[in-house]
Amino acid sequence: MFLQQLLNGIMIGSVYALTAMGATLIYGILRILDIANAGAYVAGAYFGWFIYFKTGNLILAFLISMAATGLIGVLLHRFIYAPILSKPRILPIVPLVASVGLFTLSGDLARLIAGPGTKAYNVDFGTEVINIGKLTVVPAWILIIVLTALLFTILWLILNRTKLGLAWRATAEDSDIAQAMGVNTNSAMALSYILGYGFAAAAGIMVGILYNSITPALGEVPSYKMLSIIVLGGLGSPVGTVIAGLFIGLAETMFSAYNLAFIPKDSIAFIVLILVLLIKPSGLISKSNNI
Amino acid sequence: MGNYITTVAVNIAIFSLLALSLNIIIGYAGQSMMGHAAFFGIGAYTAAIMTNAGINFWLSLPAAMLVTGALGSIIGIISLRLRDDFLAITTIGINFVMVALFQNMDFFGGSLGMAVKTPSFLGQRMTSTHFLVLLVILIVLVCLLIQKMNNSWFGLALASLRGDEGAAQSFGVNVNHYKVLAFIIGTAIAGLTGGIYAHRMTFIFSSNFAFVISISIISMVVVGGVGTIRGPLIGAILLGAAPEVLRFAQDYRMILYGGVIVLMMRFQPQGLLGEDSFLQRKFNQYISPILNKKGGESHA
Repeated sequence: MFLQQLLNGIMIGSVYALTAMGATLIYGILRILDIANAGAYVAGAYFGWFIYFKTGNLILAFLISMAATGLIGVLLHRFIYAPILSKPRILPIVPLVASVGLFTLSGDLARLIAGPGTKAYNVDFGTEVINIGKLTVVPAWILIIVLTALLFTILWLILNRTKLGLAWRATAEDSDIAQAMGVNTNSAMALSYILGYGFAAAAGIMVGILYNSITPALGEVPSYKMLSIIVLGGLGSPVGTVIAGLFIGLAETMFSAYNLAFIPKDSIAFIVLILVLLIKPSGLISKSNNI
Repeated sequence: MGNYITTVAVNIAIFSLLALSLNIIIGYAGQSMMGHAAFFGIGAYTAAIMTNAGINFWLSLPAAMLVTGALGSIIGIISLRLRDDFLAITTIGINFVMVALFQNMDFFGGSLGMAVKTPSFLGQRMTSTHFLVLLVILIVLVCLLIQKMNNSWFGLALASLRGDEGAAQSFGVNVNHYKVLAFIIGTAIAGLTGGIYAHRMTFIFSSNFAFVISISIISMVVVGGVGTIRGPLIGAILLGAAPEVLRFAQDYRMILYGGVIVLMMRFQPQGLLGEDSFLQRKFNQYISPILNKKGGESHA
């Protein structure tokens, strides 16, 4: 029972981490809270559904959907966020409100184009469940955990082993100084959006497969849960985001499995967040110079 | 007045009060408050529970203000410890947690919502028109309060805090004191509005106070013009009337709403009528000189 819940929690947690990673990468560079990242999750789920429906190839669905959503991210940054941030003396709430507007647009465009109803993913893995001892494993879980691990490894390699990753880390540390040192901060920003929106798209497809359904309202829960995860992870720290995502995933599964929750599990993330912020205002995991 | 028009007008008036009160926190104190609807809800449930217990409607309103203002002061104190982004997320979180509480505790009617009796005024059951008059009086009072506040030491302190908090502090402005006060006033007005709303609707649900409502209020403030009195009023009228005017385009309503907000933030982040907005500049350029000429010295 406990192991089963542990596995369940890790699986849910990795989807959370993947969804929140985009918001973390974008916050790390631009210092804005991008709620529209949850819109990328919806867009990705629909792109993936469409391609899978047409071709029947799941790998192709993941790749094209991630690329297309990442491209949308770059365009949004180029034409919406960058001009807003270049204005002098704007209220900190302005980019946030813009991203909420984009998020509203994404859900409603999905509703208009694909229709308001639920779409089934119907991915066939050849087998219903796999039993390992007492554990019951659904093939989709394996797909999610393996693919998330793969994507995070790729992210780690890009951030730590490439020049582009170095530019990202330098810009995240101090954008002005990085620029003065000749770091191409624009490419670091583009990287944040491609990877961030791409990861959110992958998470959207995973959730679609997991529950075998997608609706235009798919992004509502992640839109706010993502926020609490990135704060718990120390705002702008990719490693912190993974840990916080897993932590919230596990906390939710354990709370609902053992009936400890007197409120719906979707608000656990925020209760944890508010408690942590009151005790340690810089987040659960934070670099000492992060604040 | 037609019944339909009155209903729309009451709705706009309620959102005007919410937008004006949120503007005290966002616009004047410069704090990223994203969960205003939670306080709207706290006021609504406080007043509803009181009148259901047999207490007079007119007593329940100040009580709702007190309760909401007291809880608002807690957010104000929290805001002293958190910087912008953290505060934004915390207040979003508070909004979600409050809605979850309203929805899941039997004390608040749970998922069934809560029925509220229509209050009476001078022995008569209050009609939509009565509510509208009450709301308009309150809007005028709140506008006067904000104007008085702006012209006082309080407004000056908030302006300095908005400009450069560190500098304000070093000049001896007690930043913390004024921030918390702005939160108390802003949330108390939201609570009062909630109390009126509950008795006007005669039925309240947790979803009436969801995060999307907070977003609507923020959009009204930002679209109209942050940090002005006219801004939130115009924002509430435009965005409050939009769903009615756009009824023919039912399917495209939210797309238009989202699109307008994105475009406003992209091209006019100071709002339609904010300081240094396009309309304000044009007004100063073309209309002010004419008015000044006509008004003569009385204006100067």
